[in-house]
Order: sequence, then C-alpha cells, then structure tokens
Amino acid sequence: MTSTAGALVTVTGASFGYDRSPVLLDVDYAVQPGEFTGIVGPSGSGKTSLLKLLLGTVRPQRGRVDRQPGVAVSYVPQLETVNWNFPVTVAECVLMSRSTRRLLPWATPTERAEVGEVLERLGIADLSRRHIRELSGGQQQRMFIARALLRRPQLLLMDEPTSGVDIGTRHEVLHLLDDLNREGLAIVLTTHDLNGMAAHLPHLVALQKRVIAAGPPAEVIVPDVLERTFGARMEVLHHLGMPVVVDTGEPVRLRPVAG
Amino acid sequence: MTLWETLLDPFGYQFFVKGMGAAVLAGALCGLIGVYITLRGMSYIGHGLSHAIFGGYAAAPLLGVPIVLGAGVWGLASALAINAIARSRRIGADAAIGVVTTASFALGVALLTRFGTKGPAFDALLFGSINGVADSDLFLLAGALVFAAGVFTVLYRAFLFSTFDPEVADVSGVPVKRMDALLMLVLSVSILATLKIIGVTLVAATLVIPAVIARMLTDSFSRMLWISTGIGATAGAIGMYLSFQLEIPSGTTIVLVDATVFLVVLAVTGGRALRRAGGLDDHTDVAATPTPLVGTAR
Repeated sequence: MTSTAGALVTVTGASFGYDRSPVLLDVDYAVQPGEFTGIVGPSGSGKTSLLKLLLGTVRPQRGRVDRQPGVAVSYVPQLETVNWNFPVTVAECVLMSRSTRRLLPWATPTERAEVGEVLERLGIADLSRRHIRELSGGQQQRMFIARALLRRPQLLLMDEPTSGVDIGTRHEVLHLLDDLNREGLAIVLTTHDLNGMAAHLPHLVALQKRVIAAGPPAEVIVPDVLERTFGARMEVLHHLGMPVVVDTGEPVRLRPVAG
Repeated sequence: MTLWETLLDPFGYQFFVKGMGAAVLAGALCGLIGVYITLRGMSYIGHGLSHAIFGGYAAAPLLGVPIVLGAGVWGLASALAINAIARSRRIGADAAIGVVTTASFALGVALLTRFGTKGPAFDALLFGSINGVADSDLFLLAGALVFAAGVFTVLYRAFLFSTFDPEVADVSGVPVKRMDALLMLVLSVSILATLKIIGVTLVAATLVIPAVIARMLTDSFSRMLWISTGIGATAGAIGMYLSFQLEIPSGTTIVLVDATVFLVVLAVTGGRALRRAGGLDDHTDVAATPTPLVGTAR
C-alpha cells in the first residue's frame, strides 16, 4: 500500500465493475502532490476505471476514495473521443472551463486575458482563432491541456494522452507534461505504450484489475511484472539507461483474478 | 388586380396572417433547437417524439383532457419510457425509440380512425395546416420560443460544453444529466407547439435541415445558432406563403423550402461545406495515426 499522508486523492481497498464483471479489485493507490505517474496495463485492465475513480465520476462498489478538501482536479480525455468537426475555435474550447462561473455567453475581458495567457504559456496563442479541426495532434493535446489548466488544478488526469499520435507528437506532449510537472502540477496518466511513454515517466503503476507493481520504471518494467500485467512474455533490454521492452511473441495465460 | 396586389392578397386574410406568424415562430424554434439536436446526434429522437406526441393528440380529447396538456404529458411519458428501456441495456436506444414511438403513433391513428377528433384534422396533424391557427397557438409558440431562447442564452456555456464534451463537462462541474433533461423538455415543448403547423411526419426535417445548412455555412457555434434560427424562420414564412398559393399542406412546403435552400447552399459552396457538415456528430480523430506499442523480437 502506498503512503497516504498528504495525498491529494487516496484510493483504499477499492473494487469496481460493470454488470457483475470485476474491473478493479481491492486497489490501493494514493496520488501525492507533484507526482508524475503512468498507469500501465493492457485494454480491459482497469486503467480508465481507476482514472474515473480518481476523478469521482464513478464510485467504488467496495472500499473508498478520499479527496483532499479543496483540491482541484482537471481531466484531459482521449483525442479519439472528441468530435473535431464541432463548430468551435481553440479559444472557445479553452473558455469552456469557465462554464460554471458565468452564465452569459460572452467572455469578460478578464476571461479573454486568462485564455490568452494560458494559450501563450502552451505556445499556441497564435492559433486561438483557428477551428479545432485545423490543429495537429500535438496542438490538439496542448489545447485540451490549456483548457484543463484554466481551472488551476493541483492534479491533472489524462486518459491515453499519446494514443494514436505520431512519434513527434508523443515527444512534444511528453516534454510539455514534464515542464508542467516541474512547476508542481501532479499528473496521472494512463498508457499502454511501454517504450514510447511509460519508460520515460518517473513513477509507474502496473494494473491488471489489481495493482501488480508500483515504483520507478526500473522496478515495474521487468519481465515478471510485464508477464503478470500483459499476459505475454517480454524481454527487457536497456538502452542509455532506459528499459526497452521487446515482445518475444510467446503468449502466456493470465492467472484468473479471484473475485 | 395587379401582380403586386395578387402577391399581397393573402395578407388580407386574418387566418393567413396568423398562420404566417405561427410558421415563422415554429421555423425559428425548430431551427434554434435543431442546432443542439443535430450536434448531439439526436435527430432520431426528434422524429420519434413527434410521432409519440401524435398518440397524445388523438387520445387527449377522448379522455376529456385539454389537447396541449394531454399531448405534452404523453410525450414526456414516451421520453421517459424510451429512457427506461434504453437504460435496461437489453435493447439499444434507437430500437427503444422505434418501439415506443411507433406504437404510440399507431395508437393515435387507431383512435382517430375509430373515434374521430375534436381537435385538428387527421391530415393536418400529419402534414401541418395553415387553417385554424388560434391566438392560443400563437401564444404557445411565442412562449416556447422565448423559453428555448432564454434557456439557451442563460445556460449557453453549459449547453455548449455538455454538447461538445459531456464527460469533461461533468468533471468540470456542469450538471450534464440535468442539462440533458432540460434539453428534452425544451424539445418536447417545441414539438408540441409546432406540430399543428408543421405536422408529425415533417417536424424532424425542420429540426435537422436548417441546422445542417448553418453548419455548412459557418465554423462558429454562436453564428450557427443565429443562421439556423434565421433559415428556419425564413423557410417558415416562404413555406406558409406557398402553402396558401399552391394549396399544399404547410409542413410540406416549409420542408421543401428548407430542402431547396440546402441544395442551393450545396451548389454554391460545393463539397467543402458538405464535408464540414458531414461529421456533424462524429467522435473520431481523423488525423490520428496508430503507433506500435512494443518492439518485436526477431
């Protein structure tokens, strides 16, 4: 069990499922201020459900999730889930974060200044009047991060931020998140990209309905943990001090998870 | 009689002026709410609810209930039934709409055929009519338009966010479920108010076509609201005028005007505008490229 002292969000013994099928079983996890964690696991391992527990959009059927009072949490969805043809500009999309603070449609000068400031910080100020469809994958991700940052969060949750993007965009997003984390923002993201994403993060949680392992990549990206998490045998090589996962092509059967 | 006098002749009849006012209000109302309906991929719900409310129109006079009240309650009950069936996950939402609304429509047809109606005539309910627009109909339409415009103005940001990205809107403090329920209420009231003018079978078209045209013409959400409302109102006015002159049901002429505007805009703007409207409620990233996860041993 991870330390819960001073944690922004604490998940204690949480189980969750849909239609009697368990998705998460007895999960313990605490998000500390300023941490940068990747939740890794294959499809169906419960990554997104754990993210939703942290967000508070679902409640555990057993166990509990406690959020530090007053902590602001922002969420960035997968790019694939968004209708990029929707008729909004970049600035309008970012301003959506202010939906609960003001009822009337038009933005105040203060709001316009705030949006301009956050777009400037993320290097996309010149795109503010563009339609969202005209953005590259990296710019789309920056826009969503800008929308999330406008709420001044202490914790940023991201669902597969590099899913379906090219290598250049992946690097761009990774460096941006690293910069934000250095400024003190806690970040928790899900990913099934071991080499391109997980190996670059300071802390990982390997998930297969239960927490299989948690720690730095050197402790999590190891053959035994990967086999129990992904159900496939993988070799781990090292290049410039970083683990590189190689799929051996040999399938193994996952041990059934006791409900 | 000069050509000018011939053209202005219909405005000498009070029933036509009332019908024209009702058509403009109905067209504007459907155009406004249609933006939200199409962007949320709910066009089929609009079609279904209009058919469901038809059952209420037929049953209300037989039960001795005021038509507007009876049809309104009937429509709301149908919406709740659709919701309950869809939530059970045994059949999909589209199938639930198909079952509930067509059953309600069939019941309406049966009741009207067997017992007749004290309210609007059968074919008027199906295709809309210029005749018999009462002051109360105008007040209902004006009230529905003011209600819808008020809701969409005061809650503009919340509706925009929950239409674009309901999951993140929910996390960001927007009461998405309440917004959805409010939209269904606005839609039900709007269909109820416009049914007499546009007709059961054609309401869906007046919800969808102006919004699609507006999407073809602009990339701005706020402009889309104005354009769609304007096209709806204009098509209502022209359609009602043609209805009088050609002696064709008003719903039919209004929808034909909408369709003509669509074709003209398509011809002028070409495929670019159509592509813009093509993915109206898509939730896919066309620009995304898949990347391999892990290397494979040789």
